[in-house]
Amino acid sequence: MEGKEMKKIAMYWGAGCGGCDVSLLSLHEKILDLLEEAEIVFWPCAMDFKYEDLEKMKDGSIDIAFYNGAIRTEEDEEIAKLLRKKSKILVAYGSCATEGCVIGLANLYSREEIFNTVYLKNETTKNEDGIIPSSNDLHLPEFLPHLKTLEQVVKVDAFIPGCPPPKPVLENALEALLQGKTEFGKSVALCDECPRKNSKPEKIEINKFYRWHEKEDNGDCFLAQGIICMGPATRAGCEAECISANIPCTGCMGAVPKVREQGISMLSALASILGDMDEEKEKEIIESLQDVVGTFYKYATAKLLPEGRLKDES
Amino acid sequence: MSFEPKIVAFLCNWCAYAGADLAGTSRLQYPANIVPIRVMCSGRVDPEFILEAFRKGADGVFIGGCHPGDCHYVSGNYKARKRVEMMKKLLKEMGINPRRLRLEWVSATEGQKFADVVSQFVEEIKELGPSPWREKK
Repeated sequence: MEGKEMKKIAMYWGAGCGGCDVSLLSLHEKILDLLEEAEIVFWPCAMDFKYEDLEKMKDGSIDIAFYNGAIRTEEDEEIAKLLRKKSKILVAYGSCATEGCVIGLANLYSREEIFNTVYLKNETTKNEDGIIPSSNDLHLPEFLPHLKTLEQVVKVDAFIPGCPPPKPVLENALEALLQGKTEFGKSVALCDECPRKNSKPEKIEINKFYRWHEKEDNGDCFLAQGIICMGPATRAGCEAECISANIPCTGCMGAVPKVREQGISMLSALASILGDMDEEKEKEIIESLQDVVGTFYKYATAKLLPEGRLKDES
Repeated sequence: MSFEPKIVAFLCNWCAYAGADLAGTSRLQYPANIVPIRVMCSGRVDPEFILEAFRKGADGVFIGGCHPGDCHYVSGNYKARKRVEMMKKLLKEMGINPRRLRLEWVSATEGQKFADVVSQFVEEIKELGPSPWREKK
């Protein structure tokens, strides 16, 4: 574009699944509008760039750098620091970079336990010689003891939530970022835009928890059916994509702004809507909850346990 | 030096706090390890407070509320009981001994019970040792 100053943007993937890179394409034809205003100077997933290209750039020369994926290896950390140096605005793109996401659940286990499972004990793994790759015999970046979010490593200017960021969230975020704004998105809970909101009774009472494959969905509010839905504690903006597909919210958009902890807010809310019952029954139903961290902190374990699972001796 | 635990105690205004007050005016002895915080109701104790207390280095968290059926706000103590039960599950999965969190019913007339349960709890936490979160600091 002649005569028009193009914004320089970069996109990098740390420890992630690649879904975030693909989500940029979910903009469909809107990506053409983006490319009219911005040029891509670094995007290893989609185009041929080398790290040395990035090293050669002047400090602060990238207008907006998007970092998706979490920090799992030395390499992720190194590039995060490098991108921070080279860019004016550094954006944590997607749930991994923002709060650690599903892979952050690895913080419940030690590095040794993870390696044992992945390389030795998995049912589908055949590794008779018990070989575990290490940086001694291969040129590999070190696997850090714990998974970190981008903010736990460098200063982050803006966050785009979602796993991966849904189209309406992304459009809104890109528009704001291109105008230099670093705060965007909705500040209400998902229930606000839920297609099932009218079926929510005045008072919800749960007397048994169901996992969502255990009960035939009658189309009403999931919580009213006893199925855990993270909607009340999750930030709106995704237009309830999952619920529109009849799947309860698991909370990938993170906490509503001004709420510090999504998981514990939901835990508290859920305890409040348990029906009246005697203490025994109460214990039984709470005991039936499987995987509390994985339910309430599915996307934020790295924030809850930045240094891994705690060890209480007795 | 022996280990002196730090315990945050959330006490409801109507029962447990009054019970603690009675323990004081009756000159009952109990260990000085607790830091009482008066709340209007045990139902006011958001699980976030509990997590934050542990995060800031508390070795134990004590919640005192009215006996079942006696809540000044009808059902606050039942909510507290459910939340504490869930919180214990979360703490366990995080690697914190759930015994570090304790809910007790103490009425305004039970000064002696207050002194007893607090002494007991302090002993229990002394046995458990410092909280793993405190160790990280």
